[in-house]
Amino acid sequence: MASVFSPPGFDFSNQLRNNFMAQKGLPLPKATSTGTTIVGCLFDGGIVLGADTRATEGPIVADKNCEKIHYITESIRCCGAGTAADTEFTTALISSNMELHGLTTGRKPRVVTAMTMLKQMLFRYQGQVGAALVLGGVDSTGPHLFTIAPHGSTDKLPYVTMGSGSLAAMAVFESGWKANMSREAALQLVKDAIAAGIFNDLGSGSNIDACIITASHTEMLRNVEMPNQRVEKERQYGFRRGTTAWKTENVRSLIVNEEITLLGGGDEMDTT
Amino acid sequence: MQHVAVPHAQPQQRQFNPYSENGGTILAIAGANFSVIAGDTRQSEGYSIQTRYAPKVFRLTDKAVLATNGFAADGNMFVKKVRQRLEWYRHAHAKDMPLRAIARLIQTMLYARRFFPYYVYNILGGIEEDGSGAVYSFDPVGSYEREACRAAGAASSLVQPFLDNQIYFKNQTPAPGTTHPAHLPLSHVLSLVIDSFTSATERHIEVGDGLEIYVVLAKGSALQGLDAIQGLSELTTTDDGERMFVIRRNLKRD
Amino acid sequence: MSIMDQNGGSVIAMVGKDCVAIASDLRLGNQALGVSSNFQKIFPVTDRIYLGLPGLATDVTTLKERFRFRVNMYTIKEEREIEPETFAHLVSSTLYEHRFGPYFCEPVMAGLSKTPSGGYKPFIAATDLIGCLNFAKDFVVAGTASEKLFGVAEGLWEPDLEPEDLFETISQTLMNAVDRDAYSGWGCVVHVLTKDKVITRTLKGRMD
Repeated sequence: MASVFSPPGFDFSNQLRNNFMAQKGLPLPKATSTGTTIVGCLFDGGIVLGADTRATEGPIVADKNCEKIHYITESIRCCGAGTAADTEFTTALISSNMELHGLTTGRKPRVVTAMTMLKQMLFRYQGQVGAALVLGGVDSTGPHLFTIAPHGSTDKLPYVTMGSGSLAAMAVFESGWKANMSREAALQLVKDAIAAGIFNDLGSGSNIDACIITASHTEMLRNVEMPNQRVEKERQYGFRRGTTAWKTENVRSLIVNEEITLLGGGDEMDTT
Repeated sequence: MQHVAVPHAQPQQRQFNPYSENGGTILAIAGANFSVIAGDTRQSEGYSIQTRYAPKVFRLTDKAVLATNGFAADGNMFVKKVRQRLEWYRHAHAKDMPLRAIARLIQTMLYARRFFPYYVYNILGGIEEDGSGAVYSFDPVGSYEREACRAAGAASSLVQPFLDNQIYFKNQTPAPGTTHPAHLPLSHVLSLVIDSFTSATERHIEVGDGLEIYVVLAKGSALQGLDAIQGLSELTTTDDGERMFVIRRNLKRD
Repeated sequence: MSIMDQNGGSVIAMVGKDCVAIASDLRLGNQALGVSSNFQKIFPVTDRIYLGLPGLATDVTTLKERFRFRVNMYTIKEEREIEPETFAHLVSSTLYEHRFGPYFCEPVMAGLSKTPSGGYKPFIAATDLIGCLNFAKDFVVAGTASEKLFGVAEGLWEPDLEPEDLFETISQTLMNAVDRDAYSGWGCVVHVLTKDKVITRTLKGRMD
């Protein structure tokens, strides 16, 4: 780092070194991916989005209760599947740009605007930013629901699914979705679709998150269903103090001690 | 359908991979006069569940239980062949093969396929001729060892260090004036087995659905609180021999 | 064998009752060859934030300095110490900046964050090598023994452990996990953070 100033955007300074190491036969490690089931569904007056809450690193569960429904604006939300860091930062960046866009135009920004910003960014990175998104929201032109694939292609449909559990979830939508459903029926259908992903796809699991967006109100239903709570353990595993043998100890006190020592023994100068 | 012309000079190569990996985990612990052999019942491939109930733990004789893990097709075929050899032994000698002999038989059967192996990790549990509980663990080509406890399969790396700590008391200094027990009581072992599997289910995507725990009790030993365990059923066939039980429990299905 | 396993090493952080603990092994290796048994991977960021950096050793050193620089800049600009939540986001964005040429480190953080009422709340977090944050309520792990750590921690961890009990639980979890990992071990260090002191202990364990 030559100066204190660093330009915005990605920093490629490690690439030369990393490519060299990759050439020596050391494969690049994989990042946390959200195996994921994410869905969206149109209903009478708005949109319902849904997601599971499992994040995986290969076959290991890295996070049992992560949040996959991201904030874009008050009435637009976005579910993310794929490389977890990419969905997190892409949606955060677009959310920020949408806020600025709203401030610049003085109007509530539209869902198509968010969709266009997302697809243009993802297309620019040629699929290297591995975010597969379900974008939903309500604006002045009504409710809209999109999917955005990592390469930047988009779909506009009344019910959509993405992620490794997309087929399980879509099976539920294909058999249960009807036009002009009620809010309650749509939420139940979304919950059923996510549950299908959670129980039938190994990449998805734990809890159900949902988000209901209407023209007047957005309701984020975090952990609306928790069908996979761990049962109580058979034993308690607390250890007797002193079980672990240790060699050295250092205790750093964080209490700031102030001691006031009066100088002199009562025969100070009389200043009265 | 479009026909694509392939130049004749170009050599073509096709590949068939005869193996796959079907997830799941097995585990066995030996006590002083009992043996516990357990496995989950999920069978998967990639991100899909093939079945929520595919047993991985098999009763071989009145006192021997074999758990297999890895490629399910190989595992099932291997158990079938071991059972066949045990039946031949019974016809020839009019008795069941002793546990340590079964262990050696499994070694030779596995090593016979040294260059096209059964893609399975085996754990054999049961009661030795001297009435002690025993566990034998194998690698896919027949290297084996008698141990007090062993985990194998997809979540073996999650479970084994936990067992090191709780069975062998590794890294634990005993309270002054005491020593760690060499063998744990049955009820203690069963609770450790159950907690191992619920922990593995939490953190490994291929473990879950169901749990099958086989318990073999040595000749003439007491039930040791086994009758109080829920989901227990007895498989014993004779009145005067070892007793065998199976405990079935549900695991999380996500 | 990936770049992350080149030097070996593992870190774990756990939440207790009004306290947190973070622990690591002390090994530095070159593949299977052990090089040092006193390679620190955990660094104090403030009095109440500790950062663990398992991964490629060169990046451990680089990132430690980079975070020191950025935390100092924050402290000067804001005229206050950085809070754990803020620091977690600083770590996350620093790593994501290098999305296409990452540092081969998976940071683990443990700290105590100030509450509006003047108390302290336990905080732990971990990120992957490109900065995806994982805020857990129980424990976070990283490094070459991460699978083993997940397994043991899932079995041993219990809620609301007092500092001395948390020390036992995190120490047992770490030692039993690294004993089954060829690339971690060679000594362990544990830090337990409470509201008024930080207890640091080196453990007596297997050195093979």
